[in-house]
Amino acid sequence: MIALLRKQRYFIDYTLGTMMRHKGKSLGLLTVYTIIIFMLASVMLFSHAMRSEAVALLADSPEIVVQRIQAGRSVMVPADYLQRIGKLRGVTEKRGRLWGYYYDPAVKANYTVMASEQDQLSINDIVIGEGIARTRGLSIGDYLTLRSHEGKAFSFRVLRLLESESELISSDLLLMNPEGYRRLFGIDESLYTDLVLSVRNPREIQKIAEKLTLLLPDSRPILRTEILRTYESLFSWRQGVMLILLLGSVLAFVIFAWDKASGLSAEERKEIGILKAVGWETSEVMRMKFWEGVIISLMAFLIGYLAAYLHVFYTSAGLFEPVLKGWSVLYPSFQLTPSVDGLQLATLFFFTVLPYTLATIVPVWQTSITDPDLVMR
Amino acid sequence: MMLNPAILALLMVSMLVSTMLLVAAAFAVSILRHWDIQSGSELQLRLERRTYLVSTLLIWAFLFEFLSLLLFIYNAEALSGQFVGAMCATGVLNLNPWGWPTLFLKITMFFVAAIWLLLNYLDNRGYDYPLIRFKYALLLLVLPLVVAETIVQWLHFTQMEPNLITSCCGTLFSADAQGVSAEVSGIAPANSILALAISAIVVIAAGVWVALQGKSGWLLSISGAAVFVIALVAIISSISLYIYEHPHHHCPFCILKQGHGYVGYFLYIPLFLATALSLGAGFVSPWRRIVSLSQTVADVLPVISWLALFFFVQFYLTSAWTIWHSRLTMMEVWW
Repeated sequence: MIALLRKQRYFIDYTLGTMMRHKGKSLGLLTVYTIIIFMLASVMLFSHAMRSEAVALLADSPEIVVQRIQAGRSVMVPADYLQRIGKLRGVTEKRGRLWGYYYDPAVKANYTVMASEQDQLSINDIVIGEGIARTRGLSIGDYLTLRSHEGKAFSFRVLRLLESESELISSDLLLMNPEGYRRLFGIDESLYTDLVLSVRNPREIQKIAEKLTLLLPDSRPILRTEILRTYESLFSWRQGVMLILLLGSVLAFVIFAWDKASGLSAEERKEIGILKAVGWETSEVMRMKFWEGVIISLMAFLIGYLAAYLHVFYTSAGLFEPVLKGWSVLYPSFQLTPSVDGLQLATLFFFTVLPYTLATIVPVWQTSITDPDLVMR
Repeated sequence: MMLNPAILALLMVSMLVSTMLLVAAAFAVSILRHWDIQSGSELQLRLERRTYLVSTLLIWAFLFEFLSLLLFIYNAEALSGQFVGAMCATGVLNLNPWGWPTLFLKITMFFVAAIWLLLNYLDNRGYDYPLIRFKYALLLLVLPLVVAETIVQWLHFTQMEPNLITSCCGTLFSADAQGVSAEVSGIAPANSILALAISAIVVIAAGVWVALQGKSGWLLSISGAAVFVIALVAIISSISLYIYEHPHHHCPFCILKQGHGYVGYFLYIPLFLATALSLGAGFVSPWRRIVSLSQTVADVLPVISWLALFFFVQFYLTSAWTIWHSRLTMMEVWW
């Protein structure tokens, strides 16, 4: 066992020596290999981080949202629906929500306006997200004027800004008093945008949703788990699409690696000839080439993955952001929470190391069966 | 069809491995027909040179096959969040009729590949390639397995319907249900633990005997295969209960979850390695009668046996540790 390990150590030692002698060639291959891994790893790290961000955000949201559907479109829910639901076993809390969008022509962007009861806002106060504050140049105490549904101007005083930790959701958020909300948009006292229900036991959610559709036939219950599942599929689908697009470059890399491995210089041929003349076997030459592949793969993998990690978590994936994230005027600027996943690493390994290894097997074999007398002549 | 990176990777690997095996199989046919170590003909020389290429190809193919088994299970686990009703890999494998066959084919491939790699190692050590015909004949038998696995896996992944409601492990692995999994779950924990302990003694005795004597590897193979089955039964019927600290949750996949510290991997990986090695021992020891291999077999067989024992012991220690550490107390109920 020890002898076997020692033998491999000598192989690695020799291989490193050879690689240092042909620096240009090894460096060229290493660079291309690293870039490929960097690109693939960036895509994977980024979409994985986005997915976990979405999961973390939805963790506190209500289990069931009830919308009312009329003629196939979602409309305001009458407040008496809360009474019609009555007492459902398992529902710990139910309330109506008021929210909507406000288009601000000054910055050509939509705000998400929401009525908040928890913040005890007075009718003239608002709380805004960092995105709005940035674009409109607002700070605490400033006034923001919005045009109501009748065309009248309403001025609101900025009471405070939302914390930047939650910027992914709160960037374009504007919280105001429910009364103010109703006046701004002209919504009757008896209407809500939608209803939310909290359910303690996750196993009861499905049943409660069923009961809701029986009680309120024109309603559409949306479950949190459904939203989560949609996010999961959406992000892994986007990841898949990006990967398929990048497969072309992996293929180009495979051809490059094949070419590099088969196009040996006269000097390298001579070297292998000498090795065989001094008694190396074909399998040993292949072993040496195997270690060369391992060293290059490992280095490219480490450097590429590290660079991708920095790219995604320190520069917010500047290169791929628009494709994977979507875009808008008030887009939140946020730092993703670093997370590395074993499945991702394994997948990345299969997408890069496997093609490289396969591409080099045949050329390596061709070099190692060369007869010494042919090349040393 | 789910366009997920891990699924793409798995499909790619299985297709590449099948292609590699097809190439190797074509070579295997010409080996079986024309191989003659005594001859110095052009063809024989070509075949001898080509064996290096083909055996390297196969080593890689089988290594990737091992990794794909791990990735397949890990991926099934990760996908469970995207299907209604699935709570672990069981739900994902239950999605369509192809899930379980894929898993079983992959596991079979794992053992067959391990045996083949051992034979290949042995053959390369003999100066006259004594096992070459046997090895490539075996390869021709492996080929249908790999192709079947590729097809079944393709069907499994392409026929995944995200809106289909699947059943979770609670319904499959429960003592009241029907079928093999339910029968296994229904076995009394005391019996399965007792069987596990007896099989442990048998396999360790067999392993030590084979390692010291340097022959009768079949003893280790048979006891190793028995241990594998008994261990899986024990995991389902009792060890998992202690891991979940719940007297009715029998699932063999939920133990792979983060919530249980990935302890499943520490149980399954040593168990699979040990079983593969002990099966290999049975395939290695008969060749000690061949002159060019007798020394190699004498060197290799003890190493294989000790390694197999090492992994078996690791498995037993991990199981004992999980039971010892568990807060589930069933003293008056099961014991």
